[in-house]
Amino acid sequence: MNEPDKKRIWSEYQKEIADDHYFYVRSCIRQSFFPGSEQFFLHLIRDILGKDIYENPSHTTCTGIGYHTDIVPFQTIMTVVARHFALMKESGYKNIAISCVTSFGIYTEIIETWKHFPEELEKTREYLLKATGREFDIPENMAHTSDIVYKFRNEIASKAKFRLVNKKTGEPLKVVEHIGCHYSKMFPKYGVGGAEFPKVLSGMIEAWGGEVIDYPERRHCCGFGFRQYIVQANRGYSLSNSVKKFESMKPFKPDFIITNCPGCNMFMDKWQYTIREMEGRTYGENGLSIPVLTYEEVAGLVLGMNPWELGLQYHMVQPEPLLDKMGVEYSKSDKFITKDGKPLPAPEKLINV
Amino acid sequence: MNSMVDVLVIGGGVAGMEAAGQLARSGYSVILAEKEPLTGGHLKNWYHLFPDRRDGNEVGEYLDNLVKNKNIEIRNNTCITGITGRKGKFTATASDGQVVEAEAVIVATGFDLFDSRRKEEYGYGIYPNVITSADLEKMFRNGSVKLADGGVPARIGFIHCVGSRDEKVGNLYCSKLCCITAVKQAMEVHEKISGVKTFCFYMDMRMGGAYYEEIYREAQEKYGVSFIRGKVSEVSQGYNGRLVIKAEDTLAGRPLRMELDMVVLMAGMEMSDAGEILAGKSSLRRGENRFFSTADNHTASNRSNMKGVFYAGTCTAPMNITESISHARAAVTEVVSYLREKKQRDE
Repeated sequence: MNEPDKKRIWSEYQKEIADDHYFYVRSCIRQSFFPGSEQFFLHLIRDILGKDIYENPSHTTCTGIGYHTDIVPFQTIMTVVARHFALMKESGYKNIAISCVTSFGIYTEIIETWKHFPEELEKTREYLLKATGREFDIPENMAHTSDIVYKFRNEIASKAKFRLVNKKTGEPLKVVEHIGCHYSKMFPKYGVGGAEFPKVLSGMIEAWGGEVIDYPERRHCCGFGFRQYIVQANRGYSLSNSVKKFESMKPFKPDFIITNCPGCNMFMDKWQYTIREMEGRTYGENGLSIPVLTYEEVAGLVLGMNPWELGLQYHMVQPEPLLDKMGVEYSKSDKFITKDGKPLPAPEKLINV
Repeated sequence: MNSMVDVLVIGGGVAGMEAAGQLARSGYSVILAEKEPLTGGHLKNWYHLFPDRRDGNEVGEYLDNLVKNKNIEIRNNTCITGITGRKGKFTATASDGQVVEAEAVIVATGFDLFDSRRKEEYGYGIYPNVITSADLEKMFRNGSVKLADGGVPARIGFIHCVGSRDEKVGNLYCSKLCCITAVKQAMEVHEKISGVKTFCFYMDMRMGGAYYEEIYREAQEKYGVSFIRGKVSEVSQGYNGRLVIKAEDTLAGRPLRMELDMVVLMAGMEMSDAGEILAGKSSLRRGENRFFSTADNHTASNRSNMKGVFYAGTCTAPMNITESISHARAAVTEVVSYLREKKQRDE
């Protein structure tokens, strides 16, 4: 691969990412399945990078899943998003930081709609005012939270306690980066590096010492796809998409997968368990499965966080083989207990342990 | 340096050379301004021409001989950046400060090949064995078709319509020549590499020229070129280093995944940068396809919106060499009529 030309493509898709004062909007899936990621993101921004970030307790779902399954009409979701913008305005913020890739896609789609159809913006203002008495401004800066971590990747690297390097061999860890489709495939200009050779996650991996794998199905959907998964009869299709990706990446022997989308993370993690149960097939080295981490979790490991405080134990594919490669120390006995020593529920049939 | 001639021809490619040559034969004084160090345009990079696969140099020699005329002054390395008209005379300025005055102007700024790097999903510039049709012509000229590592490709894919009929890159038009070029190149590859397998991925086969359909048939019957109706969605690289393409075979109604050693992108035609510069610093109008807009599609395809300024060749739309030469000759007819009528009025 010709790196200079790849960098040229990246250079054409630069986006402005605010450097402070964020209004944070959470993800429904991430809060439920791996809440440690969002918790660590707030800690990273506030305590490690010393930035200001605020979340308003009145914030709700963006209704994106309902929208993509034809339950929530476009006018409704525009009004819900407008309400979030109203909360941001009332809180005195102008830079929105969106945790979920589905939501990010929704926000970009709506803002683009308003640009091209100003009458829709006016209608939305009217709906929101009638329904809630609120008024809103369009954010001055809109970033996915992975954009923000990307922006500060070098600062994180400068504070790193561990690098993405195999401690025994000294070789860079081989990493599959997977971008959520709604991050930049709909509007490449809103994604760092565009849609075809996105930079947002690969930039983090390179800054933290790893090596990104370019495999044939790199751009393929993770298998989530709202209609593929939410319609139960289509779940075989969801699974077959994931199988296609895993088969394609397997020869490259990835050490882990990094994602920036809640759905992608959940499915690439949990479908490995399903495939293993159904067919006995695994995709990592030595019969193991490939750990699937969020970018916050990877940043946390690099910064020396306790993996159990990051919530890594709540993925189906357990991270110990990766932790061992990086040289991260962890306690087996603390894995499923709270900070004050109370037992946490341990998932059944964890893999890679 | 100020010069005064009957006609300034801007662009020394096929159309510009033909127009300048024909004007000179009729006794008119011509300055032929070419932005590159040599005249000949894209033709000089082309190996064999369709449909008869004659050597491109033969047409090049014809044009070179045509412009060897005492009435023509060729100015290489001269990029005309603007034209203004006043009292029936035109003043053209070049990027190096030259000024040319002329009674009439023929714009023959031609086309540029679509920059295939803009179709990021095909990985041109990123994967070394993804090349363009122009790159393949260079290989033909050099005598061998080789992979980046010097190996011989066993499977080659040709992707049609790269930068043409593509809303994503802003080009809705058909470049007309890419289908026939792919057919010609696939056949030539078979002649150079024994046992090679070739696959053309097309949207429609547009074989609209004389003898095009015949060589399309020959490509299938004699050379065994496979034609697959479907656009390639992406190119990537597999673990063994081979290129992997994904496409949809719309005739079979199923998705397709294939390993190839080399992918050739059939780059389309776009308004040239030289034309863009000229349009920006003159009042010449352009169409939605960004090429120069002619006064009438049917009856005045050589006339511009500026009286006394005419068009020849692919600065108005994609054309093949035959059409460019014909269009240039038609432009000469228009210029001759214009100059005669002007002379009568002036007298």
